[in-house]
Amino acid sequence: MPLSESPTIEVKDLKTYFFTKGGIAKAVDGVSFSVGRGKVLGLVGESGSGKTVTGFSILGLVDEPGRIVGGEILYRGENLVSASPDRMRELRGVNISMIFQDPMMTLNPVLRIDTQMIEAVLAHESISKDDARQRARDVLGQVGIASPDERLRSYPHQFSGGMRQRVAIAIALLNKPDLIVADEPTTALDVTIQGQILYEVQKLCSQTGTALIWITHDLSVVAGLADDICVMYAGRIVEQGSVNSVLDKPMHPYTNGLISSVPSRNKRGVPLAQIPGMAPSLLKLPKGCSFGPRCAQFSDACDSIPDISNYENGRQIRCHNPLDKGTILRVMD
Amino acid sequence: MALNNEKESIVTVNNVSKRFIKSLDLAGKIAQRFGADIREEVVHAVDRVSLNIQDGEVVGLVGESGCGKSTLGRVVAGVHEPSEGNVLFRGKAIENLTGKDAKEAALKIQMIFQDPMSSLNPRLRVQDIIGEAPVVHGVVDSGNITDYVEEIMLRVGLDPSYARRYPHQFSGGQRQRIGIARALAVQPDFLVCDESVAALDVSIQAQVLNLFMRLREELNLTYLFISHDLGVVEHLSDRVVIMYLGRVVEVAPTEILFSDPNHPYTQALLAEVPRLETRQRKFAPVKGEIPSPIDPPTGCHFHPRCPKAFARCHQETPALKEIESNRFSACHLND
Repeated sequence: MPLSESPTIEVKDLKTYFFTKGGIAKAVDGVSFSVGRGKVLGLVGESGSGKTVTGFSILGLVDEPGRIVGGEILYRGENLVSASPDRMRELRGVNISMIFQDPMMTLNPVLRIDTQMIEAVLAHESISKDDARQRARDVLGQVGIASPDERLRSYPHQFSGGMRQRVAIAIALLNKPDLIVADEPTTALDVTIQGQILYEVQKLCSQTGTALIWITHDLSVVAGLADDICVMYAGRIVEQGSVNSVLDKPMHPYTNGLISSVPSRNKRGVPLAQIPGMAPSLLKLPKGCSFGPRCAQFSDACDSIPDISNYENGRQIRCHNPLDKGTILRVMD
Repeated sequence: MALNNEKESIVTVNNVSKRFIKSLDLAGKIAQRFGADIREEVVHAVDRVSLNIQDGEVVGLVGESGCGKSTLGRVVAGVHEPSEGNVLFRGKAIENLTGKDAKEAALKIQMIFQDPMSSLNPRLRVQDIIGEAPVVHGVVDSGNITDYVEEIMLRVGLDPSYARRYPHQFSGGQRQRIGIARALAVQPDFLVCDESVAALDVSIQAQVLNLFMRLREELNLTYLFISHDLGVVEHLSDRVVIMYLGRVVEVAPTEILFSDPNHPYTQALLAEVPRLETRQRKFAPVKGEIPSPIDPPTGCHFHPRCPKAFARCHQETPALKEIESNRFSACHLND
């Protein structure tokens, strides 16, 4: 990623491992990226690629048997990996928010929306309850909920799925965070509702300068929303760069396979391009490049784990045999 | 192409409605007796839908949650009985069939569900999941079942040496293949696929979609392919049916529907579909939510969200009319 003025969040060589009975699962293994003010990063991967664990690591939400074993997460220069639980508590919900796939993970089903929203404000700020209510009302209006005054007095079950997700997003916005980590927030929603939410999110980032990490398996959503994109496979980022460069000219065979298998990219009625096999278990990763056994470009070199190669315009690829060999700028050790 | 009318229609849905009624409990009945203003809640899941599916055709059924697409699929598959109207299989009303004919029709229409974990019995081995129905219905005799299961497993791309495993020992994509194998085992002509690839990762989804297309060629199957994913439907279908709140709003051959949608809802839906080609776009969403099917809007169901609605749309329900040959749309703007 090109160095601009200091990024809101910078993740450096993050390693989050899960120490299970069956062995060590390296869910996140050496992930690095950064997101600047008002920018949107799309973190793309299939199930089990480590994208959600990356998001949880930033928020300090990784539970036993998982642990961050290495790397740094720099939020405005402050390393969150070594931050105390109290400090994380201060930051979470004020400076860094998270939106989960299932809004019922955010919302308490037995409390009214106003109780939950006012609590979230008062936990971090000493203002009057009326001011907090006022703020909650404004934010609900901002995410497109009609008659917010009335809706504040509702319980979560009285909302539809799309409305609930908007309430969850409103709670994430309450304290005007600098960084939002959104984990598949529109995956369960219908297309028209997804459109509404993407619209609100996009508006927010451009207006308030909030940095956004959008975690998803859906390349098409990222295409329309993000500035930069990181593609994860089996715990590592295999390709990153600007949305245009990665989607127009994928260099990693996995990214290429993902893009080619999107139905709209294929001629109607003709078999879809497909990646053979399936994602490996993190406990039984193949030797060398973890994509090797599914890769058409496989060669003897792939028996060793590929390093990150840097290309023009901040492109980074982890592959011995990239598809479109650009000029390698320098190989990181 | 499978669209021409000379081909025999395999399934005809004739003016089918499906209502779900939430009846009053005892307290409700007593309250009603004393004059409280409460009634039974009626959900109009499917509202007078007619549809004709030709032999060998793939019909995509698209709509957002709550539009009744799954209910319609289940009525076609015989899981639900229609409240009104009927379903014809090869020209004969299924409800009037008896004995052998009824069984035949039930076997010839099979269904594949979204979540194989909830449609496959977790306590049965794969060989029993696939092999049980064909033995019971006499498709194969029990002596040959091992070979038969092996053949079906190979057909859907499963390793027959896994026949003694349980569903939880498989990955999501493989489980979906088991669901497909189970449906194929009774040698159906018609498959209702309800969001059959929605839960799968992109690379696995492509594999399963390719399997669907290969099976169609090999076994001359007809599909009713229900999905909310327009990209998947566009790739697979010959013809697309768009539903909104229990009603069909547009039916057209796939190319035409995607290049020149007629109904304002179809247009809005297509505009919202994220595509790889559209970068950093400005999202301009359709206003509002899908109304509740318990209390649907009057007239055209889409009018509260429709940018082109006018006075007539509030009062009069638009009929599904043929606007060109093979193209149907239910919108007053076409008059």
